[in-house]
Amino acid sequence: MANTRKLIQGNKACTMGAIKAGARFCASYPITPASEIGEYLSEDLPKVGGKFIQMEDEIASMGAVIGASVMGVKAITATSGAGFDLKQENIAYAAMTEIPVVIVDVQRSGPSTGGATVCAQGDLMQVKYGRSGDCPMIVLYPNSVKEIYKTTIRAFNLAEKYMSPVILLMDETIGHMRENIDLSEYENVEIINRKLPDVPPEEYKPYEPDAEGIVHLMPFGNKEGYRYVIQGMHHGADGMPNLSPATLQCSLDRINGKLDRHKEDIWEWEAVDLDDADIVVVAVGCVSRSATEAVHAMRKQGIKAGLFRPITLWPFPDEPLMKATEHAKAVIVPEMNMGQLVHKVKEYTRDCTQVIPLNVYDGTVIMPEQIEKVIKEVSEK
Amino acid sequence: MSVHDYIKESAFPLFTCPGCTDGVVLNAFLRAYEKLGYDRSNTVLCCAIGCAGRTPTLLDFNVLRVTHGRAIAFATGVKLAKPDTKVIVFMGDGDSLAIGGNHFIHACRRNLDITAITFRNEIYGMTGGQYAPTTPAGGIATTSPYGMIEPSFDGCKLAIGSGATYVARGDVYNVNNLEKVIKGAMEHKGFSFVEVLTTCPTQFGRRNKMADPVKMINRIKDMTVPIEKAKTMSEDELAGKFPTGVFLDKEGIDLNTRYEELLARVQEQA
Repeated sequence: MANTRKLIQGNKACTMGAIKAGARFCASYPITPASEIGEYLSEDLPKVGGKFIQMEDEIASMGAVIGASVMGVKAITATSGAGFDLKQENIAYAAMTEIPVVIVDVQRSGPSTGGATVCAQGDLMQVKYGRSGDCPMIVLYPNSVKEIYKTTIRAFNLAEKYMSPVILLMDETIGHMRENIDLSEYENVEIINRKLPDVPPEEYKPYEPDAEGIVHLMPFGNKEGYRYVIQGMHHGADGMPNLSPATLQCSLDRINGKLDRHKEDIWEWEAVDLDDADIVVVAVGCVSRSATEAVHAMRKQGIKAGLFRPITLWPFPDEPLMKATEHAKAVIVPEMNMGQLVHKVKEYTRDCTQVIPLNVYDGTVIMPEQIEKVIKEVSEK
Repeated sequence: MSVHDYIKESAFPLFTCPGCTDGVVLNAFLRAYEKLGYDRSNTVLCCAIGCAGRTPTLLDFNVLRVTHGRAIAFATGVKLAKPDTKVIVFMGDGDSLAIGGNHFIHACRRNLDITAITFRNEIYGMTGGQYAPTTPAGGIATTSPYGMIEPSFDGCKLAIGSGATYVARGDVYNVNNLEKVIKGAMEHKGFSFVEVLTTCPTQFGRRNKMADPVKMINRIKDMTVPIEKAKTMSEDELAGKFPTGVFLDKEGIDLNTRYEELLARVQEQA
């Protein structure tokens, strides 16, 4: 059998997944540690007839990818924390107008310029709560090069299926990490494309959701004569500005409700040794790799430790977490920030369960030994 | 096809104030569009925020109305994604020359094949009359109660300096010229820009002793002079005047043409 394994960088795997998912447009602006995504796509998109453009700023690159998606072309942009700040207004626009796009945030240390080449997990909350209004968001956070490939495809699929922007969250460590991986199993992976209207132009209401709560937006430039307005003011079924109380409520319910309603389809998580675990570690991204190793080491010593790893960070997998920690006496939350994920974990664990934060924000990746130390301390109590 | 067929009557009554001349620009655009016989199925109108940014939503076209100042950025994605699309961008003073200034100059530099129209009413109307980068010296606005002290932008000079290949100015008094320059802009291959002098009696006029809409239009008449005539006038005579007509109409390879060449080159190698 031919050797199909390749040594691939995390950021490269993201671009390969994007092209596999059908992305044919990328607009971005250079920022470490996400720049390779634009670089690779500038080289690889033209080979498949796609286009890359380096825009004048982060705001413009976010606008351009939405513009391309409005024309029916799957589009992606990539940035890091400080650039993500700038993209937020247009990300909210995509959420409000229900335009599918994928935004990659390869996290680095912040706030502000912070540390360009330094790993951190400071954006766990801003990817969900950084925008004005009640703005829904799907956020996926893989932890290996292979999973980055797979999750990028899933990000596009969810974007098209639920007509929503999707954020692919990464961190400097997994973005720059190289792993020897085999992607041949994904050759025939399912690719989802947005649904088109099933009514003629004269009956078409662009923002009238179907039975599943999903709108069918006909790409602009269509030859069939579907003409409508896409705009970020509150709007009813016809898409036109409307600030009546009923329309406002309906518009917020529509964009938020569709994700809530389909959360079980959107949720993805990994469970490691959870079945009989009385100490549960909850971790994401690069930290979850150390956590996996720590759990395995503890098991060898007879300590019943397990890991709950959200791959879908938002909508937060609350019910799966509650189930995973039901019998736990303690939950440990290691994260590379001053405490973000821990708040959601506290919200969805029983009051009698001890929730222990482990925060490292000096730029060094949390090592398995640091997590093992906390697990041991808890188990000895 | 009548011009009326392009208007979405369900969107009326107009949101604009009495005496507003934004509709005059829309009218000139529709007449030019109809004369050119373009097909709405491959036309996208882009716009953003403010009075000028809202006007295209009254039209029965595919309209992409986006965040403040970003219409040209979104239009760049639209045009690159589907190169055969006719893209016309409608903007106000802020959209094009303040918050969106960066996108404006870079689209000029790229010679992106779209038409950008700026409604220059010298004020931020929708937000209540704050000064714009186009407010004239001494002009009273809610944020310049003692008179405007900043110099103003000349959109046409900015476009020419940034690399646009068609640059013109029109106004709401001389509507024949306005229709002509918008038509010329849409026919042009490459980045075309039309700065249109418009009036805002409610927010600019009332604060500057011109509450009467007719007075404001007469001011436009006095302020403008055809380019040909301007060439014969001295610097003193031209002070405070706005030449109208076509400043620049030159050939230049547009971004999409360059991209198609790139794609052909890459795919030949593959």
